[in-house]
Parts: sequence; structure tokens; C-alpha cells
Amino acid sequence: MHHLSIRELSDGLRSKKFSSKELTQHFLKRIDRLDPQLNSLVTVTAARALRQADAADARLAKGEAGALLGIPVIQKDIFCTLGVRTSCASQMLDRFIAPYDATIVQKLDAAGMVMLGKANMDEFAMGSSNETSWYGPVKNPWDVTRVPGGSSGGSVAAVAAALAPVATATDTGGSIRQPASLTNLTGIKPTYGRVSRFGMIAFASSLDQAGVVARSAEDAAVVLREMSGFDPRDSTSVEKPVDDYVAGLSQSIKGLKIGVPKEYFAEGLAPGARALVEAAIQKFKDLGAVIKEISLPNSPLSVPTYYVVAPAEASSNLARLDGVRYGHRAEGVKSLEDLYKKSRGEGFGAEVQRRIMVGTYVLSHGYYDAYYLKAQKVRRLICDDFKAAFKDVDVILGPTATDVAFKLGTNADDPVAMYLNDIYTIAANLAGIPAMSLPCGFVDGLPVGLQLMGNYFEEGRLLNVAHQYQLATDFHKQSPKEFA
Amino acid sequence: MSQEQAWEVVIGLEVHCQLLTKTKIFSGASTTYGAEPNTQADAVTLGLPGVLPVLNGEALRMAVKFGLSVDAKIAERCVFARKHYFYPDLPKGYQISQYELPIVEHGHLDIELDGGVTKRIGITRAHLEEDAGKSLHEAFHGQTGIDLNRAGTPLIEIVSEPDIRSAAEAVAYLKKLHQLVVYLDVCDGNMQEGSFRCDANVSVRRGPNAPFGTRTETKNINSFRYVEKAIEYEIERQIDVIESGGKIVQETRLFNPDTGETRSMRSKENANDYRYFPDPDLLPVVVTKEDIEAIRKTMPELPEAMRDRFIVQYGLSKYDADVLTAERALADYYETVVKSSGADGKTCANWITTDLLGALNKIGKDISTSPISTDMLSGMLKRIVDKTISGKIAKEVFEAMLAGEGDADTIIKAKGLVQITDESAIIKAIEDVMAKNPAQLADYRSGKDKLFGFFVGQAMKATQGKANPDTLNRLLKEKLAG
Repeated sequence: MHHLSIRELSDGLRSKKFSSKELTQHFLKRIDRLDPQLNSLVTVTAARALRQADAADARLAKGEAGALLGIPVIQKDIFCTLGVRTSCASQMLDRFIAPYDATIVQKLDAAGMVMLGKANMDEFAMGSSNETSWYGPVKNPWDVTRVPGGSSGGSVAAVAAALAPVATATDTGGSIRQPASLTNLTGIKPTYGRVSRFGMIAFASSLDQAGVVARSAEDAAVVLREMSGFDPRDSTSVEKPVDDYVAGLSQSIKGLKIGVPKEYFAEGLAPGARALVEAAIQKFKDLGAVIKEISLPNSPLSVPTYYVVAPAEASSNLARLDGVRYGHRAEGVKSLEDLYKKSRGEGFGAEVQRRIMVGTYVLSHGYYDAYYLKAQKVRRLICDDFKAAFKDVDVILGPTATDVAFKLGTNADDPVAMYLNDIYTIAANLAGIPAMSLPCGFVDGLPVGLQLMGNYFEEGRLLNVAHQYQLATDFHKQSPKEFA
Repeated sequence: MSQEQAWEVVIGLEVHCQLLTKTKIFSGASTTYGAEPNTQADAVTLGLPGVLPVLNGEALRMAVKFGLSVDAKIAERCVFARKHYFYPDLPKGYQISQYELPIVEHGHLDIELDGGVTKRIGITRAHLEEDAGKSLHEAFHGQTGIDLNRAGTPLIEIVSEPDIRSAAEAVAYLKKLHQLVVYLDVCDGNMQEGSFRCDANVSVRRGPNAPFGTRTETKNINSFRYVEKAIEYEIERQIDVIESGGKIVQETRLFNPDTGETRSMRSKENANDYRYFPDPDLLPVVVTKEDIEAIRKTMPELPEAMRDRFIVQYGLSKYDADVLTAERALADYYETVVKSSGADGKTCANWITTDLLGALNKIGKDISTSPISTDMLSGMLKRIVDKTISGKIAKEVFEAMLAGEGDADTIIKAKGLVQITDESAIIKAIEDVMAKNPAQLADYRSGKDKLFGFFVGQAMKATQGKANPDTLNRLLKEKLAG
């Protein structure tokens, strides 16, 4: 049951092969049994899940037939969930019970999805290995001595281990795509503004975007269709109708123009991963696509640009976590300043503190122009690269990550090496374009993903291209044996 | 020393003006003043994790309205920025304000100085921002209470050029600005409740050609009188410091209304680095020419235009017109009364500026809480116009209305104050008076014209003051003539 696609699960529910309650209990049992090895969930919401499953069964009995009705899901613990702890995997919010639902939580609840629990993640989504979580690292189901990637490490580990059919995730610099790549999943970060950010705890507001990790493009399409859309509570969400991503999957990709940026195959890409991405390019040729080498000349600047913009915004967004109204509050303080310093010093982990300090520095009087303003200018150049490229090609293809999953603890003392994990993914966030990762093979039994990037609001086309590739390949159907 | 020029004072004012929107600038929480602490703090106001601001369009329109009223440039594109500092009544750790691209720039306000001289004060900019909450230090022993009801209330901060040269000019500017925002209906102007509050930047220099001196900023002064006192204190203090060989330190100061003094709050070295940057949660706001024209159509008549119109339309003196247009509510009151009573403009003005304002002043009320409504006053004036009562009797009716005895008609009826216009009744009264005062009658007839007044008084008395004065005069003249 746990390896069925969302469509198959939905068919099973509607034909009464199993109820949502049975499905939910099945996944809850797997979580109970298997998650201790992975640490993918920080909160399991069993009682809430069973209530939702009962409600879904009642709706199914009345003949309702929504594509997600009764389907279990895991929410990344960055989305506020009414009455349920929403921690962002930080000690700061360890006891924070959100008093409201994020828009996407409302939407998926309304569609009848059953929330099994809240996924572990890097603290405040800052990390590429899920090692910065206050609740401890998440393990990769393909090799539990390795990281699942980050920051959506809990979301991908849970879905890869079939603890849920699908999970929500967020992507500020690659936090959906890099973990998807490392765990053999299909993960999509839509266009900035496509999915509401209301109720999603902000890391870097101009880069953050919610998306989904799933076991196929088809599964991702059906959930993303439900999550997307304008939200009057988010001024940066875009008032534009949502395409039917599912209906668009079956279109042929004959004649599709795929751009391959030469900068993405330079030094730094592991030979095994490179070979698999090149094989995928050949596969697309076989499927009738036209491959074109392109250049995104400013892409080498994306990592430094990102590590100015993202910490700047983070330092500001996390200022509200001051121990005054909610969140961790230090004991035995002597003054107001002491309260701030101790609460924040204790409540935030090392990586979060590092980024707050970098961000505070680049926004400081006298440094703003040299760092923040300069970074914003480069950001525009990176956008322009993509705009120019999409005049010639329909989608852009390259690697998602530099290599397969690395061992836990590898980059513990080298933040810059850790930051370079996002070298291929960051540009899409800076430009705000949709991008996704999908499985394209294995190196020594460890998955490798390829990345597709599209023009603004063309997530439908990305999902279509990915689906056509998945019809012709079976990498995405592989799952880790230990979690069968 | 003798060569040294006299001190010149340089003042620039920053006015925080709460906008009269029903809800907050970035959320749907109510802005009503005086609610129980923290009952008007929704998730956005509290700065909970994950919440986002959405601009209240009404606040933007009000800011544009203000900009148009001071002949300023309205930015086609303005940007909200985050201003960071830590304080418990600032829930997000930053205030959403405007920094590099404010909504309003380059305006001016003309103030009138003694002797009818007009002076133009430049308005550098006015930007939209959210108010902070309140820290309550009293009532909590050794602790501070936080009330976030005010947090997120929309403000415009109006920054003047350093064009002001005395405390008196500063007050004139503030009063003019206050009058303007109340007329525009963008602010209730309540200084006590903090709807309109002022920071004063003050420096002194040796004459108009010397470079500007170091300035101090005195914060949150909430009455016209305090502004005057705070500035005067600060001028004197600065001159004293410099003349005794000291230097002015750039700092923020607080005014203590009890002592009339200012004291240092924090120096420039301890000033916050606000780390402004554009708020990524809010898109730049685009105001089109069409938007501006649509807002222009909603502009009310402004005080000066109204004053000039009153002079022409109602034949008022400039003095009366100034008094009546000082406040929007008073001007509206006047105009309603003129239109509904049918009395001439000058008569209405006299009743309002002399009788009504005098009475209100005595009982400590203002025009908006007047016990005599426009309907009541115009009801009384109608009875003067139709000669039911005389102007003199009207004073009695007015007093009775003020005492809460009902409207004019009720009072006239209850007290039997209807004017006597029946000539035979008046003639009878005149004849009685003449009969009772033969000596005076003889004197009058022998040429003592002055005694006419005596007979008017006696005849009025005989009619309990109700005789129509014109009729009485005419008939008395006839009868006395014999």
C-alpha cells in the first residue's frame, strides 16, 4: 500500500479497497517502526490524523472524489499548524504551538489530506544536510550514515522511506531540490509568488517558496496544483490562474528545446553524477527533444550573492524571536538587553547565529552599499541571464547537486564547503523561476538527481517534461531496500 | 565679542500623525483607541512567526491626500523599508516604515505670523509607517507591561525643512498642520491620545549666514504649549552651553512637562544602526496619475479656501471667517446653521463666535460636544427671522437651550416668549405708559428727545419684553408726537 502512487491510492479509496483510516494507520505504523532510524519527523500527529481520516472517509462515503481526499501527507515543520507545535527545528520554538494555520495547510486540509506529522528540517531552514536541527540530524534512507540533504531533509527522508506518499517542503536556495536529488525523489520549487508564504516561517522572504517532494512528477503535480494560487494575505503571491498541472503531463516533448548551461558542468561536478546527467540528456534527445548548449555567465556569482541576500533577510526575519512574547526565554536575566542576548544566544543554534551575524553585518551602516545593494545588482544580472536564455530554449537542464549524499559530519567545520552544495540550485531562487529535481540514476547505490528550470509560471511545463522522462525511465521507481 | 551676531534659532519638526483608518496599516485589526490592552493585537500585530503584512489601501490614500494638500510631489513608486531595533513594544524587531522612497516629498505649508506676514515652511517629506505598541511602566511593580493595541496603527511622519526660526513659528506651523490634517479627515488630531505628536530638532547659530549648529532632537511632545516650552528651554540651554564655552552634543532628549525642562535620553554614539532595507514582504507601491486624480476629487475644501469663500459668500469679516474656519467642525457647524436657518451670515456668525463659543468655553466643551446642536441653533434663528421672538428674547431662549430645556420652539411656548406684533396690544401698553408718566411725556414733547429711550424701556417692560421692537418704535413715535 505504501508504494502506491497518489492516483492509485485515490482509486483504492474511491473503490473502497481500503479506507483513509486504514491507510493512515498503515503509515502511522511505519512511522512508529521505521522513523527511529531516520529521525525524519519532529512531531507525529496521530490523533489529529485519525480524525482527519475519519472525516475524509465520511466525505468519500458521500461520493466526493477529490484527487487528494483521504491521502496522507507530512508537513515540513516550517508551516504553522493550528494547535500543533511548529518548531522550525529550533530550540527557540520548541514549545511554540501555532495559533493559526498556514494557507497551504488550510488548503491541503480542505482538500481532505491527512496530516501524519511535522517533518524535521535544518534549523530555520538554514543548512544543506539537515544537521543543524535542534532535534538532531535526519538520516538518508538510502544509507543511514549519510545526510538526506537540507533543509527539507525530514520531508525527503520520510517520503523516500515511504512513511508518507508525499510531503510539503520549502526552498530558499535549493532546500527542496538538493534533498530530493540525494534521496531519489521528485521535488519542485514553483515560481516565486505561485504558492502563498502566509504561515510559512520566513527565512529569506524574497527567496522562500513552498513546494512539494514526491515519488513522481505526477504525484508532485497533483499536490502542487492544490497548494498553488493567489492569497490575499501574501502581498508577494501572484494573482494569476493556476494551470492544471496534471492535465498537462501527457503532452509530447518532441521538439522541446532544452538548454544545457556550460557553467553547470565545470569543475566541482563529480564524474559519476556528470555521467548520469549526460545520459539523461541523451535520453531526452531520444525522446525527441532538441539540446542546445547555453551560457548563464553570471551563475558563478550566485553563491556569494545568495550568502549576502539570504542572511540579510534572515537577520531581519528572526529579529521577532526575542523571548518577549513567545519562544525561548532565558531564565535569570538582569536587564532587557540581557534578556535579548541570553534568549537568542541560547535559543538559536550555531549556523543560525552565524547567518544572523553575517546578515546584520551586510545591512550595517557603511556596509549596505558594498554588500546588500551590490548583491541586489548582481541578482538582477542573474535574472537577466535566465530571461535571455528563455528566449532560445523552453527549459534548462543541469545537475541538481555536485555529488551523491555525503556522510554525516563531513562539512561540520567548513560552512563554506557546505554552502557550495547549493551551487546549482541557488540561481533559480535569486531569479524566482520554477525549478525541480528528478531522479536520473545511481552511483554506487546512491541516487543522483537532474535539475530542470523553467520560465516564470511554467511549472506545468517542467512537470510535463519530468513526467515524460519518467514514463521512459524507472529510476524514480527505485526505493531504499532497508525501508521496503 | 561685540562683533558677534545675535543668535539665530533653527528648528525643524517631525510630526507623527495617526491616520483615521478603521484597521491597521498592515492587518485587519481594529485601531479604535482605549480598548482593553492587547485586545486589538491579531497575529500580524503580534508579529507571530509566518505572518505577512498587507498594505491598507486607505492609509495610502490618506497619505496621498495629505501630500496633495501641501502641494507636494506624490511618488509614482514608493517603497516600504524595515527599520530595525529591539524593544518590547516593537513586536517584529523592526518597524515597517519608508526610507529612500517615501510617498510624499517636497511640499510646503504657509503660516501666518504676527502682523499678517506669511512665511513658507518647506515639507521635506511625509512617509507612511506603523506605530509601535506602548510600554506601561506604572501599575507593574518592577516590571513593564506591554500593550500592543497601538502597534500597527498607520502613521504619516511629516518632516519639515529647518525653516522655522522661533518657538512661536513652530507652534504656528504645528497648529496649521493640525488644522489641515483634521480638515482632510485623515487624523482626529487628538494630541492627548497621541494621534498627533511632535519631535523638535533645535539648533542655534551666530546669525543667518553661519553654518548650522549641532542639533538636538526632543521627542514626543504632545501639546502646542509643551512644544513652545520645550523649544524655548532647549534654545536657552544651548545658548548657555555655548556661551559658557561648552559644545552641544548631538543627542535625543525628552521633555518633562512637570519641570518644563528637557533631559538627555541617548547620545549619537548610542544611537541605533537601524539597518534599513526594502521590506521583501511588500511590493513597491505604484501610484498612477489616475489614482492621484481620483484622490484629488475626494479632497475637501481646505481652510484657506473656505475662509476666503466665507468672506465673499456670507459677507463676513476676515476675523470672523478666521475664527469660524479654525476648525473643520466649527466651519461645518456654521455653514449648516446659515443654510438651514435662513438668517443672514453675519447674524449667524455673531451668535456662534460670541454666544456659542463663549458658552462652550465656560462649560469646557467644544463644538463637537456642544449641547446646542445645529438644528437647535437654526431653529432659534428661524424664530428671529420670522419675528416670533426678538434678538433680545433670543438670548433668553439661548440660555434655556444651553441649560437643556429643549429646542427653541419648546422654550418659547413654555415661557410664553412669543413676540407681540398685534398693534392694538402694543398701543394699549404705550398709552398706559404715557398715562403713568405725564411729567416725562411733557418733557419729551417740549424737546427732550433723549427721553424716547425711557419710553421704549417702559413700554417693553409693560409687554414683558415681547413687543416687536420695530413696531413698538414706530407706534411709540406716533403716539409721543401726540
